[in-house]
Amino acid sequence: MIDPRRIRNFSIIAHIDHGKSTLADRLIETTGGLQSREMKEQVLDSMDIERERGITIKAQTTRLTYKAKDGETYYLNLMDTPGHVDFAYEVSRSLAACEGSILLVDASQGVEAQTLANVYQAIDANHEIVVALNKIDLPAADPERIRQQIEDVIGIDATDAIPISGKTGMGVPDVLEAIVKKIPPPEGDPKAPLAALLVDSWYDPYLGVVILVRMQDGVLRKGMKIRMMATGATHVIDRVGIFTPKTEPVDELGPGEIGFITAGIKEVAETSVGDTLTDDRNPRAAPLAGFKPSIPVVFCGLFPSEADDFNNLRESLSKLRLNDSSFHFEVESSPALGFGFRCGFLGLLHLEIVQERLEREFDLDLITTAPSVVYHVHLSDGTMQEIHNPADWPDPTKLVKVEEPWIKATLMLPDEYLGAILKLCEERRGVQQNLTYIGNRAVATYRLPLNEVVFDFYDRLKSVSRGYASFDYSLDGYEEGDLVKLSILVNAEPVDALSMIVNKGRAESRGRAICERLKDLIPKQLFKIAIQAAIGGRVVARETLSAMRKDVLAKCYGGDISRKRKLLDKQKKGKKRMRAFGKVEIPQEAFIAALKIGDE
Amino acid sequence: MADPAPSPGFGLYVHWPYCEAICPYCDFNVRRQQTVDPLRWRAAFAADITQAAQSFGPERPPLTSIYFGGGTPALMPPELVAGVIDIARQTFALTDNAEITVEANPTATETDRFQAFRDAGVNRLSLGIQSLRDDALIFLGRRHSGAEATAALTRALAIFPRVTFDMIYARPGQDLADWREELGEALALARDGGHLSLYQLTIESGTPFGKRAQKGEALAADEDLAADLYALTQDMGAAAGLPAYEVSNHARPGEESRHNRVYWRYGPYIGSGPGAHGRLPGPTGRTATEAIRDPGRWLAAVEQHGHGIDSRENLSRRIQAEELLFMGLRLSEGVPAARFHAVTGWTLAEALPEAELMPLIGEGLIDRDSKGLRLTAQGRPLLNAVVAALIDRLPSS
Ligand SMILES: Nc1nc2c(ncn2[C@@H]2O[C@H](COP(=O)(O)OP(=O)(O)OP(=O)(O)O)[C@@H](O)[C@H]2O)c(=O)[nH]1
Ligand SMILES: C[S@@+](CC[C@H](N)C(=O)[O-])C[C@H]1O[C@@H](n2cnc3c(N)ncnc32)[C@H](O)[C@@H]1O
Ligand code: SF4
Ligand SMILES: [Mg+2]
Repeated sequence: MIDPRRIRNFSIIAHIDHGKSTLADRLIETTGGLQSREMKEQVLDSMDIERERGITIKAQTTRLTYKAKDGETYYLNLMDTPGHVDFAYEVSRSLAACEGSILLVDASQGVEAQTLANVYQAIDANHEIVVALNKIDLPAADPERIRQQIEDVIGIDATDAIPISGKTGMGVPDVLEAIVKKIPPPEGDPKAPLAALLVDSWYDPYLGVVILVRMQDGVLRKGMKIRMMATGATHVIDRVGIFTPKTEPVDELGPGEIGFITAGIKEVAETSVGDTLTDDRNPRAAPLAGFKPSIPVVFCGLFPSEADDFNNLRESLSKLRLNDSSFHFEVESSPALGFGFRCGFLGLLHLEIVQERLEREFDLDLITTAPSVVYHVHLSDGTMQEIHNPADWPDPTKLVKVEEPWIKATLMLPDEYLGAILKLCEERRGVQQNLTYIGNRAVATYRLPLNEVVFDFYDRLKSVSRGYASFDYSLDGYEEGDLVKLSILVNAEPVDALSMIVNKGRAESRGRAICERLKDLIPKQLFKIAIQAAIGGRVVARETLSAMRKDVLAKCYGGDISRKRKLLDKQKKGKKRMRAFGKVEIPQEAFIAALKIGDE
Repeated sequence: MADPAPSPGFGLYVHWPYCEAICPYCDFNVRRQQTVDPLRWRAAFAADITQAAQSFGPERPPLTSIYFGGGTPALMPPELVAGVIDIARQTFALTDNAEITVEANPTATETDRFQAFRDAGVNRLSLGIQSLRDDALIFLGRRHSGAEATAALTRALAIFPRVTFDMIYARPGQDLADWREELGEALALARDGGHLSLYQLTIESGTPFGKRAQKGEALAADEDLAADLYALTQDMGAAAGLPAYEVSNHARPGEESRHNRVYWRYGPYIGSGPGAHGRLPGPTGRTATEAIRDPGRWLAAVEQHGHGIDSRENLSRRIQAEELLFMGLRLSEGVPAARFHAVTGWTLAEALPEAELMPLIGEGLIDRDSKGLRLTAQGRPLLNAVVAALIDRLPSS
């Protein structure tokens, strides 16, 4: 068993792209966790989609073996966390498994919204914080100014902030020393009844369900019968190991260690993160503190563009859920789109990522409907319904009142963009709570209705601030709102995938924006078509898409015919639903793009 | 029963994959020229064509046309061209008035050989003029001037009974007035030959132009300009006595390319040479063949197996119906009802019931009567979309 005094558990936290995963690479490399031929950039970002987008989605754990300057060998458990706000839940779980955090701040950019959100979470979790100023290899880096900014804005002592470069490796040895010196070792009693926090669980094709645990008390060994305290289920452990980041078996895990077990569990759904594992024969009295389950805040429908693919979609969703318990799905049927699933996500990026994985990894063609938040709809019969699907929206005459979710948002930006951002927030029905300055950066807090944010707020924010504004939010209760259902009609046919619940005052401008956008997104047809937005029976916006004028191959001879046939096959794909003339097939990318619009 | 359809004929396409330089817009199966061994190629064409002849059974029909395409077949040694014509004659016989075409670029190496090709039996020359404007020729990466092109044309007209040439329009920056002037000159030059092909520049992915376009360069004309240029081309061609008989091909009636018409009328043809395609009789009616694209590998395969075919697909009747429509509707004569029935076994009326076609007829895009189906002048520039809509309505098998 490892002496807990030789263990350090820490998370790397930062704003998006400030270099967490790259620092993790250097730490792994420096301590020899991987041979250089096994290294690649952001090695812990193992999903294709993480590598492609250059972002971390799932937190990852690795044990580093480090011989410190004091001559002792230490076991450092590193947790790399995602920066994007949609995955804040991953961060909170990682924090709960550690005693300290490395707060990484890009020395050329400074403190951003997720820097604040994450560091406050770490402080709440009683973490000891090691501050590192990253990317000092960049000419624009200004570590002294950023050090001062960290003290001013966050209010923590940054005197010992370590200037580093995850790219060149500079300063990385100092980070390792600081981890050993500053972050306290875990505490725990090897003789007490087993208490292990279930931090995460996922399905691995070779190992089955893998459970990541943070040990509190007692010892975990192969062959032990454990009990999940929340469900009472028992399992016999068949494998105990750690990640280096390769999986390596170990004989046992003692207090303070972070590692994994497998126990012949079939489905991830049988495990619940935040649960406590204990010894079935010598159980602990009360579970550890655990953490709140994640709740989906954005919903949309996912429909196969070929009805035949429904079962395929169901299986694919189930497979994805094996590794991502934070999204939810249930069967939904729509008159125009047939059978599909209503799915819940942590945010719009999460939605996009799941959609992209379904299309890429499972080769599905999907139609995604307008994202919606969850409304509390009070009906005249005295009942309240939670509605997140415009198709379920009740007849307006039966409505007493509707409440919608609000958020509290923190925005950080250079002050030259303040005017544009405040305008954006006001347009989105935002209510300003606070506005302060740190140097020439403004920090604004706003309350905003979530439904104004899920469409394209983030994109708009990026574009009006040229990428310099950052944004973080948390849910902040429900409030009554004046909401109506906006329908979109293409060639006089309602497209239920595009209908949405909107604030009445904003319905017209939103309808107009969507019609304009659809006009660009729907390919021209052989006939001209009308695109309309309506509330009830009243048309509030209209665009006309003129007929196509030219679509012919200039050359088509004996050899071109086979090639061109493939082209026609492609055109035909996905059209089965749209057989009659006059039916317009809306390309699938139009659905999400149409909804991502600004109305300014 | 409907009127008998005009016979499609039976063609042999011979692909020569080499060019002096590769033009930046071209996505044909082409390679930079190299020295070749004419005897080796001759033997390979002989074996490959003999093998293809097996698809025809004992009663081999005579060939109505041979087409040497490329690449730049005018770079073939003339004795090789003569050799291939001999092989074709021995294997199939040639009809009396068989059309034998060679494609050529207006460069000196090629024009110098015109007489030798004529002597080999070639009776039609297709010249790649592409433009009469020197700046456009530079943009297109061509290695000749407008003056050289017209000189080559004059020479070809003196040597070959029939001559046609190609032009590429809808080039970046070319407006209606520019094309009106250039097309006027081209139509005047085409008066003697009686045939010309007018292609809108197509940006093909994978070509240098394709890559430039992908990076954002606007090389393709926008849809409205392309439609206007096309309409202008139709009008001027017709006024000059060279109406379009196919999407991009114009001829004085009687001067149509008989070989290319085999494709459009969905007749049988053999494809020999690297990357050549064929449509041969087969167990389902039509079998599609596709040859190995790489010249060296094609040669080696023929030498080893007696043929260069890479893939062979017996086409279902649904696919034959699709191909027939896709090709046949390119012609102004359209798809005769009799041919549709002969190829697919369906009558046009049962495969595409009147009621299904009403909206397309109503939009003025197609015309149909007991003789067959054709696109209107308004529908022709929309051929892909119209055919896609028609194909969507075909019975599934
Ligand atoms: N110049 C320079 N670039 C760096 C450094 N560290 C990271 N980067 C670059 O910054 C970008 C983001 O790095 P990541 O390590 O993926 O950042 P992250 O914080 O893990 O990002 P998320 O997981 O999406 O929140 C990448 O392009 C890195 O190559 C550094 O020290 N110097
Ligand atoms: C096989 S090529 C002709 C052969 C000959 N090597 C030549 O270039 O003149 C057939 C014709 O197709 C046309 N063509 C080729 N690529 C084209 C493109 N991308 N867009 C439009 N026309 C094209 C040209 O007019 C060319 O003459
Ligand atoms: S256009 Fe003609 S010369 Fe140019 S590469 Fe293509 S085939 Fe060869
Ligand atoms: Mg990362």
